[in-house]
Amino acid sequence: MKFGIVQFPGSNCDNDCLHVARSVLQQQADLVWHEETSLAGFDALVLPGGFSYGDYLRSGSIARFSPVMRAVTAFANAGGLVLGICNGFQILTEAGLLPGALLRNNSMEFHCGWVNVRVQGMESPFMATYQPGQVLRMPIAHGDGNYVVDPETLNRMRENGQILLRYCDAKGDVAQDANPNGSVDNIAGICNEAGNVFALMPHPERCAEAALGGSDGLGIWQAMVLALAAAPLRA
Amino acid sequence: MTIARIYITYKPTVLDPQGNTIREALHHLGFEDVNSVRMGKYLEVELGTDDTSKAHAEVEAMCQQLLANPVIESYRFDLETDR
Repeated sequence: MKFGIVQFPGSNCDNDCLHVARSVLQQQADLVWHEETSLAGFDALVLPGGFSYGDYLRSGSIARFSPVMRAVTAFANAGGLVLGICNGFQILTEAGLLPGALLRNNSMEFHCGWVNVRVQGMESPFMATYQPGQVLRMPIAHGDGNYVVDPETLNRMRENGQILLRYCDAKGDVAQDANPNGSVDNIAGICNEAGNVFALMPHPERCAEAALGGSDGLGIWQAMVLALAAAPLRA
Repeated sequence: MTIARIYITYKPTVLDPQGNTIREALHHLGFEDVNSVRMGKYLEVELGTDDTSKAHAEVEAMCQQLLANPVIESYRFDLETDR
């Protein structure tokens, strides 16, 4: 299988994702420049972190109109697996592929450090390697991670099991002081209604090898490989 | 030529951490009457048309597609046509 790592002007976690796919997962992977209009040959897409277009206007708002996003949207609508990380999360909400929006952290500070997130008990192609309730230690690095969504949509997301990761303390309690950015419901990661588009603010590519201080993020990548082995879909 | 002056603000239901921080700073300066501050964006867009209804439709579309995010923001604008 082959990962496509979409590279926007200002992406800065693209090569980290490429490294994980190629060297850790031992899968094929290529960078995809944002001006590409075809994603033919890719089995899964990653929108990496960074500061696409300098985060001008709103984080992700300009990248959302990059030529490649038309193909990303078509791939997502056809059921292809799309993973958004940090800035990738912001781009996917701006593109309307995920509900809600990401605002400035309520502390007004850029937060860079390790957090704990709790895996919600749900069937997801991105969570298949984890146990419901499992606590993952992952790094964050963002200024705009404060997830907001209207109450009606939030209820629907809860009912559909679209909230996959929530900030918690080391014991797994979803406590308000474990929330680094003010996100509603301590939300750290969500998926779309169909379950094939998933995004999170923490960086699973920065914790996919023990040498980086933790490997709790590797499971997300491995789950994608497992899901594609079971049900391949090529762009 | 038409100048569009566009004001983008958070919807009332959206918390505005920047506005809250500015409110605190104003309180520290002694402006204790300040109940709330909402921070938004202001844009000036110059259009090469004198046709106000065309300009109105274009700016409306710009706001909906890019300049404002309807999930969290609302917008208003006025137009000044220089004939």
